[in-house]
Amino acid sequence: MCGIVGLFLKDRTLEPQLGAMLTDMLITMTDRGPDSAGIAIYGSEANGKSKLTVQSDDPDADFASLADELSEQIGSAVSLQRNDTHAVLELEAAQVEAARATVRDLRPGLRVMSDGEVIEIYKEVGLPEDVAARFDLSKMSGTHGIGHTRMATESAVTTEGAHPFSTGADQCLVHNGSLSNHNSLRRKLKREGVRVESMNDTEVGAAYLTWKMQQGATLGEALENSIEDLDGFFNFVVGTKDGFGVVRDPIACKPAVMAETDQYVAFGSEYRALVNLPGIEDAKVWEPEPATVYFWSH
Amino acid sequence: MQTFDVAENGLRELNQTLQAQSVDTNQTNWEVKNPKGSHAIAVGLDAPIEVTVKGSTGYYCAGMNQQATVRVEGSVGPGVAENMMSGTVVVEGDASQYAGATGHGGLLVIKGNASSRCGISMKGIDIVVQGNIGHMCAFMAQAGNLVVCGDAGDALGDSLYEARLFVRGSVKSLGADCVEKEMRPEHIEILKDLLDRAEIDAKPEDFKRYGSARNLYNFDVDNSAAY
Repeated sequence: MCGIVGLFLKDRTLEPQLGAMLTDMLITMTDRGPDSAGIAIYGSEANGKSKLTVQSDDPDADFASLADELSEQIGSAVSLQRNDTHAVLELEAAQVEAARATVRDLRPGLRVMSDGEVIEIYKEVGLPEDVAARFDLSKMSGTHGIGHTRMATESAVTTEGAHPFSTGADQCLVHNGSLSNHNSLRRKLKREGVRVESMNDTEVGAAYLTWKMQQGATLGEALENSIEDLDGFFNFVVGTKDGFGVVRDPIACKPAVMAETDQYVAFGSEYRALVNLPGIEDAKVWEPEPATVYFWSH
Repeated sequence: MQTFDVAENGLRELNQTLQAQSVDTNQTNWEVKNPKGSHAIAVGLDAPIEVTVKGSTGYYCAGMNQQATVRVEGSVGPGVAENMMSGTVVVEGDASQYAGATGHGGLLVIKGNASSRCGISMKGIDIVVQGNIGHMCAFMAQAGNLVVCGDAGDALGDSLYEARLFVRGSVKSLGADCVEKEMRPEHIEILKDLLDRAEIDAKPEDFKRYGSARNLYNFDVDNSAAY
């Protein structure tokens, strides 16, 4: 099953409430996905620096001296902001790739959730309400965000199987559905040198989009291609640094509702997720068409 | 007029209250407040009561309806009036997937658009859509009438049995074994009656009729390679 929520703000005065609105939407989707939950939040830029969000099963030990060790290895300043099992490392944008490699050497058990100038991804196993509470999601502010509640079908209930998945700097993907050609596609992507770490079908979808974009496709083109190359059921919601996109497979049996007002564009697996948004009574509400790419950007 | 607030008293209480109405109840008019996209609003009703839902609903609104008239002043999620036996369901807004699926009887009116699989496996229900419908509508539809005042999506009436399909606008593509058929006077009569009951102002003569070519009813040895 799975639930997806997404919120793209047009009205900047709502930005301080983004986390609170998304948290409410996410918790409403608990009965579509009680296994695990996650959220990608596009917050404020950090003055030319980049953010690397990491997750650990043993955060006390892993995070204690990570910033200092990393800073010494890559030779530039690194700051660390811990949030429960996750930490956001802030560093020079040019050092992101070096930092990724160094983090893998220093802490092999650490998982990189996302990197980019504004994106932070938080995800864990557990009820959406509990996941939201442990990261204090409702206090977060930002321009747009995407959330996911997972009911696992294609791979185990683990942190790395939870959504959103990073598809590149400041990009993420959430998925409702199941891909049926993910094993063959995973082998193909590995041959092409694309990193795929889990047995999860959505990660393959994310890696596919990354690969297409590495070859020069825009996100919109990569999404168009996904309609041809991915077999199975999917509703994808993607986030970029300044945008937010939606695509459904041609069969479109997974539910989707969108709402738009002068203040925001919102996505929900069900209308229930949208009912507490301001002005929803007068919003334009519609079901996105199958095999059609929708995109909004600032 | 009885008023029921779902936010205050809950969904289960709503359905138990409505289902408890007997055929000769005096409480014939109900207003349901704060549906907020809840699933299974006003399902399993079996009395000639009128229920007005003040807002949009989630999955399976008015499912399995018998005798009752349910009017939704908003849009509905997947499976509205699924397996309806009799009565009337009117949706003022849009309907999501598989509206009226497997319905045996009654009338479903959608004033907006219906999305994919509207009337899938319908078994006698009449469905009138004022707007457009999505892909795979009336798939394996067995009996009843599907009337579309707008356009129809891909694969209309795939593997159709004996349901009648009337479309005023364009049909993106017809499904396997679905063909356009002659509109005879008796079809004009059926359509006129349905449009009148749905309170939709449209001329029956502007519609085209589609139905089963009946080529899939029997095994054809020339198709054996396809199995």
